[in-house]
Amino acid sequence: MRIGNLDWGKAIITLIMALLGIVFLLPFIWMLSASLKPEADVFKYPIEWIPQTWRAAFNYHSVWFGKANFTLYYWNSIKVTALTTLLSVAVSSMAAYGFTKIRFPGRNALFVLVLATYMIPAEATLVPLFIIFRSTGLYDTHLGLILLGGFSVLGTFLLRQFFASLSNEYIESAQIDGAGHIRIFLSILFPLVRPAIATYAILRFIWTWNDFQTPLVFLNSKTLYTLQLGMNAFADRNGAFYSLIMAASVSAIVPLLVVFILGQKQVIEGISLGGVKG
Amino acid sequence: MKTSVTLPQSHQTPTAGSKKRKRIEAGMGYFFTGPMLLGVLVFTLIPMIFSFMLSFTKWSFVTGFDKIRWSGLDNFRQLFQDEVFLKSLGNNFIMLLAVPVGMAIALILGVIITSHVYAPGAFKVIYFMPQISSVVAVAVVWQVLFHPSYGPVNGFLSAIGVDNPPKWLADPTYALPSVMLLMIWIDLGVSLIIYIAGIKNIPADLYEAATIDGASKLAQFRSITFPLLTPTTFFLLVTGIIGNFKSFALVKVLTDGGPANSTSVVVYDMYQTAFVDLQTGYASSMVMILFVIVLAITGLQWLGQRYWVNY
Repeated sequence: MRIGNLDWGKAIITLIMALLGIVFLLPFIWMLSASLKPEADVFKYPIEWIPQTWRAAFNYHSVWFGKANFTLYYWNSIKVTALTTLLSVAVSSMAAYGFTKIRFPGRNALFVLVLATYMIPAEATLVPLFIIFRSTGLYDTHLGLILLGGFSVLGTFLLRQFFASLSNEYIESAQIDGAGHIRIFLSILFPLVRPAIATYAILRFIWTWNDFQTPLVFLNSKTLYTLQLGMNAFADRNGAFYSLIMAASVSAIVPLLVVFILGQKQVIEGISLGGVKG
Repeated sequence: MKTSVTLPQSHQTPTAGSKKRKRIEAGMGYFFTGPMLLGVLVFTLIPMIFSFMLSFTKWSFVTGFDKIRWSGLDNFRQLFQDEVFLKSLGNNFIMLLAVPVGMAIALILGVIITSHVYAPGAFKVIYFMPQISSVVAVAVVWQVLFHPSYGPVNGFLSAIGVDNPPKWLADPTYALPSVMLLMIWIDLGVSLIIYIAGIKNIPADLYEAATIDGASKLAQFRSITFPLLTPTTFFLLVTGIIGNFKSFALVKVLTDGGPANSTSVVVYDMYQTAFVDLQTGYASSMVMILFVIVLAITGLQWLGQRYWVNY
């Protein structure tokens, strides 16, 4: 059935899918709604999706400036995530360039070695790394977390395909002009693979920001807590104050949601391309 | 792969210069790949070897390195009589069920979103939201939603006349299925996006030809979409299974393995053993089991790509 430019069959399916989508997102909607209410109204049934009494300012103020100190957790997360992403992009893109554009003895064997370590799950090295970190002073430091995330081999694989797809003519003509590999990498190839690097950087940012396991094992001091650890501690301590816990959950989820919506094209591209996680 | 940098003939200087150039080239190669190689060595290979050695010892890290005692295969013998570990391993295998279920939902949604709705991009964002959200926050929200006495889920169930709604996460029978349900909800977006990318790669003229031949939509799905997506399906299955064996954060926050170890998994048991019970050697032997499982699945993937998947 077609009237004008609108395909009615398609419109109806879209409507049904939209309703399904709302059901899928109900937990988030409930969370947001509960975070705006006084505690007494959280479990009222039927659910007041739009609160009758508003308590948003109080709830969010308690989360952000109360004992939990979400401001500090945010700062820690921003610091760790930004530096991890930066390090990871630098290390991965350098390795990707080296493995595709420079010929050196043992290159293929070394690449196979890196490829093989990809099979070792991060969970398998937690215990030994914990012991190593404790004896080298990296335990309970942000630097330790940054190093752990920054040397992930995944970025090398993702970026390698992009560097490999670039023609060698760029390099050859630059070399005739007397440019070395460092200059070629920084001023010619790096700008060319910028879209791929942006994709990887956003993915790495999201993964690091949401990582709970690594900080849980490698951090101890409350003042160093990332948002995920802080959120967990907050939920443990305020077990009975659900409106506050929901306000904290909203605070933990929203910044990343903004990053995702701004960079959704890159995120979706990256996921479809590498089809990877972690 | 073999991308070499060969300079035009006119620029090749006699042998001495070319040798020097080769040396510089090699040095540059190590300079660019060095940081990553060093990272792999320090943060993956050495720890893995260390872990392998520790799995044959009785040791707690708090006692210091000089207290490490070699114990042969004792840890592994103990593992197969350890009820909590066997329960955790068993739970991992039960949880595997969530992988194909989630994939089936993703495939159906993927087909609908690719060609039968307006604004497909918006739907991708909707289904990806749980994936982008912090596991901790998501787990905390679901804890409240599943609350046995005043959670909205049971509020809804009693409102529509269910007399004794399950206690979900608080009930040993329902806890694991509840965790699986959540895993499907969280990971759906990833499978969906990968399926959509796969569906878009199927040549449109196949469907046109099928339509001319009078094939129904369902027949088209059965004989075009599904078979051509085999590589995607296979890939998602393998990564899903590996991801499942690595799951930890959700269980840790949502249930802490409980009630009565009904939701404990291998990595959770390893975490408890290593960092709460402080049995470093014993926890390392669990790591080895995990590693062997992941290795076996990866091995199957290699074989599978050769023999079962029709590209």
